[in-house]
Amino acid sequence: MSDAASFPQAARISVRNAQLRGNLRHATRTIRSKRARAVAELADWDRLRAAGAAIKDRTLRHLDQYLEQLEAAVTAAGGTVHWAVDADEANRIVTRLVKATGEKEVVKVKSMATQEIGLNEALAAAGIRAYETDLAELIVQLGADRPSHILVPAIHRNRTEIRDIFRRQMGAWGRPAPEDLSDSPAELAEAARLHLREKFLRAKVAISGANFMVAETGTLVVVESEGNGRMCLTLPQTLISVVGIEKTVPTWRDLEVFLQLLPRSSTAERMNPYTSTWTGTTDGDGPSEFHLVLLDNGRTDTLADQVGRQALRCIRCSACLNVCPVYERAGGHAYGSAYPGPIGAILTPQLRGTASALDASLPYASSLCGACYEVCPVAIDIPEVLVHLRERVAEGGSVTRNGARVTIRPAKGHAAERVAMRAARWAFEHPRALRAGERLAARTRRAHPARLPGEPWSASRDLPVVPPEPFRDWWQRTHGGKEAK
Amino acid sequence: MSSRETVLNRIRRALADVPVTEVPRDVPVDRCYLRRHGERTDEQSAELLAENLADYRAVVHRCTDAELPSRIASLLAAHGSRTVVAPAGAPARWLSESTGVERVPEDVTAHQLDTVDSVLTGCAVAIAETGTVVLDASPDQGRRRITLVPDHHICVVRVPEQVVDSVPEALERLSPQRPLTWISGPSATSDIELDRVEGVHGPRELEVVLVTS
Repeated sequence: MSDAASFPQAARISVRNAQLRGNLRHATRTIRSKRARAVAELADWDRLRAAGAAIKDRTLRHLDQYLEQLEAAVTAAGGTVHWAVDADEANRIVTRLVKATGEKEVVKVKSMATQEIGLNEALAAAGIRAYETDLAELIVQLGADRPSHILVPAIHRNRTEIRDIFRRQMGAWGRPAPEDLSDSPAELAEAARLHLREKFLRAKVAISGANFMVAETGTLVVVESEGNGRMCLTLPQTLISVVGIEKTVPTWRDLEVFLQLLPRSSTAERMNPYTSTWTGTTDGDGPSEFHLVLLDNGRTDTLADQVGRQALRCIRCSACLNVCPVYERAGGHAYGSAYPGPIGAILTPQLRGTASALDASLPYASSLCGACYEVCPVAIDIPEVLVHLRERVAEGGSVTRNGARVTIRPAKGHAAERVAMRAARWAFEHPRALRAGERLAARTRRAHPARLPGEPWSASRDLPVVPPEPFRDWWQRTHGGKEAK
Repeated sequence: MSSRETVLNRIRRALADVPVTEVPRDVPVDRCYLRRHGERTDEQSAELLAENLADYRAVVHRCTDAELPSRIASLLAAHGSRTVVAPAGAPARWLSESTGVERVPEDVTAHQLDTVDSVLTGCAVAIAETGTVVLDASPDQGRRRITLVPDHHICVVRVPEQVVDSVPEALERLSPQRPLTWISGPSATSDIELDRVEGVHGPRELEVVLVTS
């Protein structure tokens, strides 16, 4: 990923895509107003939100203890727990587990964690075909595309594009689409139902993520809409769940908060159509073998940052994407990771570090308007973390990478910013020089260009106009405006 | 060092700012949110449940216990069902008037289930505020797959015993040790332009019968 285009480079291309912008505008506006109505139904929303944040903070501050408790509970219920330090290790574990079953194909429930670690590619390299079963993930997989939204990964595709992908590609993966398939969403969903049903009925191995893991009971929770999750969680003999360590909640009771916060924030529903919970294995019902792969992959590094760790509260609802003016225009691909939008802009540079041009540019992919913080159901102060990460990129400093403290150098490209800030500090400490400069600027204002040549900040903005008289001169001349009345 | 130890050690180092004497309950969690959103009589809760189920395209019916067998018979007939899977613990009485409909046992294969017209179950609890029925694999609900593969699900809810108002009240009644399926309307997707379409992989028709004893 290190050679990926930086966010501004990628966004410059995507904002010119009128189709993409039209699809995104329509979709995000629809979901925004629906979410507002769903949230307004609950008079205690702010209290639920505060409780959600507090439960996650409690978990994160004692995460070692809760993970040990979770492991013991899952094991006692008949599951097997594996630990993966990074993506490679998680992929190796899952590949080994699938190979042990002798199967060459697996069905998958939509999972951010497996997207993050590139599991499908790792399985393909080992000769195992992974079938995505979420409708949007199916569209993405058939279109040899990348997801662009946490909840609706194919949000960048409209119905006509989806029909064309189904007609062209379904046959190569299994049951082909009907000849006369139209672009009505109901017909497209029916085509997906028929295409995937044969895969569900013969699958022996399924791979999932989880929305929550209850430490006290060892229970995993998957929240979904289509029923593809239920198919994967109940029909196959072997179930492998790959879950980030931060998905833990302490108690069964804590679900009463998150099962109210998540559906309303995510799909803007009182409750999503299907929620499945399971604890280990159950005789005669569902998989007889259950493996839980606990994934670190940068999460403990994120936990080490006292400002940035709040990003680990995230329950992947995607409300922040739907309200973000930058996301709405740039689209999800420009963020270059499994996690687009405002949450991706703070999560990705912490999970992966800021060494690449892309990851160093992500904290700047925001106007800091704060809409993301307002809708976040677990009150992650995304603007605060963005500013914190910008400081780290521009100034460098001490961070944790792969479990070790390292000092990172200031990123390239911020030299002009650092010079400007140092000059500003000097000027404010030298009032006479500041005054002389201000007067000079005021007198020459008509000669100022609207943009600076070769300077990225003003490439998309006009420079501020200098007033005819410096503020401090005006204050002194009018005694703070009193004499002007 | 095992990966388990590596991850746990990294967590402990990352949390160096957390005082060693701090225990989880030192991090306050204020549960001042509402236990339920409004005070309702049993009948009002049942009404709200019916309303919210219908809002997500479940078809809701109400009848007395005495009327239940004939109601089930008419629902199966209206759907044109010739086969129905019912778990072992579903009372024989429920299907006593469904003449001509073959009762299929729940332990058939997934492929066989795919050819069954309907499924009939009870439930563990129903949540009025969200329009949800929860199944916990008890004998009258059966293993999870039977309410998933057939295209038509009839779910019997006993009113008022099985109806609660809110999510917190439902969780209290449920056991985490049992595999749970929370169902709020038929399966749906909003994956195409965020347009809601009912019916993807689960049953496309969900009928809920609220039975008053």
